Amino acid sequence: MSDSSLDNLPKGWKSVPNDLGSDQTAFKGVQWGKAMMWIFLLSDTFIFSCFLISYMKGRASTVVDWPNTSHVFSLDFMGVPVPLLLIAIMTFVLITSSGTMALAVKYGYEKNRKMCGRLILATAIGGLIFVGMQAFEWSKLIHEGVRPWSNPFGAGQFGSYFFMITGFHGTHVSIGVIFLFIFARKVYRGDFDTGRRGFFTTMKSDYVSIEILGLYWHFVDLVWVFIFAFFYLW
Amino acid sequence: MNENTEVNKNKEKPATTHKIGIYLWIWGLLFVLSFFSYMVDWYQFQGLLRWSLILFFMFLKAGLIMAFFMHLFWERYALVNVLLWPMTAIACFVGLMVAEGKYTVFTRLIYFVLGE
Repeated sequence: MSDSSLDNLPKGWKSVPNDLGSDQTAFKGVQWGKAMMWIFLLSDTFIFSCFLISYMKGRASTVVDWPNTSHVFSLDFMGVPVPLLLIAIMTFVLITSSGTMALAVKYGYEKNRKMCGRLILATAIGGLIFVGMQAFEWSKLIHEGVRPWSNPFGAGQFGSYFFMITGFHGTHVSIGVIFLFIFARKVYRGDFDTGRRGFFTTMKSDYVSIEILGLYWHFVDLVWVFIFAFFYLW
Repeated sequence: MNENTEVNKNKEKPATTHKIGIYLWIWGLLFVLSFFSYMVDWYQFQGLLRWSLILFFMFLKAGLIMAFFMHLFWERYALVNVLLWPMTAIACFVGLMVAEGKYTVFTRLIYFVLGE
């Protein structure tokens, strides 16, 4: 749908019942892939919410003291233990990669192939660094004796929530990194300029795919904001 | 109307591109807010101050990411509504589980103490 026909539709609140009650296209002017990615992310939000809510409930209902996360996740730097050091670095790495992704979407829409490709590659590398640091964190905690059923720091539930929540998030990051590399290759090859048809679909490639990929990547960053706040800081 | 159509036809860039400044601003803000939320732990604030600061920085960061990085600020209003209203269901679930958690710890304390 072109921009000009959107101008004839109702604006503001009236656009909501108008869009949802209309035929064929619910969200006027929104590419279908983007709408579907948003709906997938909404369902993913519910899954992550269930994990975080069960963590909240488990932590609230245990009579044993919860492990002090500042100490559990502290890292020695020049012989001095710095609380949450690795987690802070992971947070900054993920925000950096989110920023490069946002710029990649912008350059994609401007049909700046090289900048878009470079920024997606930078995003993928940021994601890889994040997953690497998470693997380091997991192995460190496992060495210290943290298990899903017990740990030396406090309440036994800590381990199961830690591995489940960060593991599920790490899986999302890993899948995102794979797709970022695939799309970096597609951008470099010029698929989105020539409209080359995809491997799984006969539809023509379009730079809107970069925005859809970006939505997924920003969502991964968004989930980390909540995990950082509730699991590590609280 | 006809003029608009012609302008749109000639326009190479779609309406979804925004100035680079806005992205850099949001990016910088996210860094600053993350730094502040890390400082909450660094200075070991406790109690209500800690929880309110954590929630404040968290919601601010989440809002900035969704509004500008995920373009929700410029997105079709119907889509924004379909995405954000279900969050009230999550809020209800959180409320229910807070009550449930309090009840569980209450019964555990009662029976662990009385059982001995």
